[in-house]
Amino acid sequence: MSSKRFLSLLVLVFGLFFQANYSFAQQEEKPVVAGTEAAAEHKEEKKGINITEIVFGHVSDSHEWHFFSTESADGKENAFAIPLPMIIYQPGKGLSFFLSNKFEEWKKNEETQTYISNSHEGLHMEKKMKEKVIADDGSQVYDFSLTKNVISMFIGVFLLLWLMTKASKNYKYGPMNAPKGFQNFIEIVVVFIRDEVAIPNLGAKKAGKFMPLLLTIFFFIWINNLLGLLPGGANFTGNIAVTAFLALVAFIVMIANSNKHFWSHLLNPPDVPFAAKVLLVLIEIMSLFIKPIALMIRLFANMLAGHIVILSVICMIFIFAGLSKLAGTMFIPVSIAFSIFMFMLELLVAAIQAFIFANLTSVFLGQVMEGDDHGHEAHGEHAHA
Amino acid sequence: MDLLTPELGLFFWTLIAFLAVFLILKKFAWKPILESLDEREKGIADSISTAERVKGEMTQLKSENEKLMVQAREERTAMLKEAKELKDKIVGEAKEQAKNEANKIIADAQVQINQQKNAAMAEVKNEIGTLAVEVAEKILRKQLSASEGQEAYMSMLANDIKLN
Repeated sequence: MSSKRFLSLLVLVFGLFFQANYSFAQQEEKPVVAGTEAAAEHKEEKKGINITEIVFGHVSDSHEWHFFSTESADGKENAFAIPLPMIIYQPGKGLSFFLSNKFEEWKKNEETQTYISNSHEGLHMEKKMKEKVIADDGSQVYDFSLTKNVISMFIGVFLLLWLMTKASKNYKYGPMNAPKGFQNFIEIVVVFIRDEVAIPNLGAKKAGKFMPLLLTIFFFIWINNLLGLLPGGANFTGNIAVTAFLALVAFIVMIANSNKHFWSHLLNPPDVPFAAKVLLVLIEIMSLFIKPIALMIRLFANMLAGHIVILSVICMIFIFAGLSKLAGTMFIPVSIAFSIFMFMLELLVAAIQAFIFANLTSVFLGQVMEGDDHGHEAHGEHAHA
Repeated sequence: MDLLTPELGLFFWTLIAFLAVFLILKKFAWKPILESLDEREKGIADSISTAERVKGEMTQLKSENEKLMVQAREERTAMLKEAKELKDKIVGEAKEQAKNEANKIIADAQVQINQQKNAAMAEVKNEIGTLAVEVAEKILRKQLSASEGQEAYMSMLANDIKLN
């Protein structure tokens, strides 16, 4: 686990570094382009792509579902995007509903590299790496909009509900009825979660109680991971709000099911000298909170990194094309081959991260319930690392 | 660092959707699936143990059958042997009896034959005797009808008396 976590952090750091790096590269690139093709300077500047903007535009949440943009002959950009409903709560003003295409005129603030929209109902949007809804008068705004991620999640949720209820229909014919079709697949996964995740960590007696939670976590993450990989898909599970919520669920379930044995060992470790005890208790309390935070960061960083890498590889074509048309063309096969490889890897990662999240949730649960029956002592250790 | 600040809206919708999915799937999917899996596993384990038991029983039955077969074969051989002995005995006895009977019949027959023969001989003797007497009578009558014959006879008788 520790190497995995380390890797995730590494990827996260790399991702952020990547972003910073590109901003530099971008700034350096401009004068070169301008120097070589002075005549077309104005046009080039407009056409030159901002990799940071593209990559982070794709991985961050948005109030519209953007598919692609075309440029008409007069240089005007036509975006093919679905405007999504916005639900804004302002204390004192109440809720307001409208579609996101009410914000249609965007102006770029060159100083802060921020796009600022027109004002609608006393609100406007600012877009840098993220879109933010801001009141014109600067008052507090709570944004409950059905953003791209929310819609993507709803699609995932409906898909999940449809698939699961469809698969579970066959069970009304009795348990000894041979499973068929999709049901077979679900059963394999369910049995895997039960036998490899729940029972080894929680013990056979308690596994049944937490199976619905673990299964829901696993399938919820998995299906949303996979939806995120579709072209045009949202980076739902690579969003910290989502992983924060999932980690919070794990944390609440942990605390709700923790037993006396766990707390007594945490607050008063036996057979430890007083000085060490103070330190140990401090560390243990920290580790209690670090566990869900690690869950949160792991999923977030893994999924985000996957998306960033795929997008970066695709963007490389355009970076090379910026240098010369030939280099760009030559780089297409390399880029495609590498992004196919990354896609395959991400398909694997989608399942692995869902599994890890469910597995660690059950490991942590097993730790807080330890001592209820002394049948499973050894399982806690590897998760501490 | 914008990416690391969670948005309230997405958090809120995730909360609602996740809890809804959890509750719906718990009731309509996980419960039937997990229960059915448990029951099926139990059923399969039961079936296997039953099959194992039946197999054991079958093996036992088979060995018993074989034992029975061997026993039956032995019994048959014994019976055949016994029957043969009995047959031989009966045949032997019958032969013996038949021989005895035959001997007895032969003996009887011989006795009867001898008796008949003796009777026949006696009769023949009688007949011959009678015939001889009749012939002698006739001869005597013939001889004695003449006077010399009577005299010769008289003399002969007288001779006989003399001799006595």
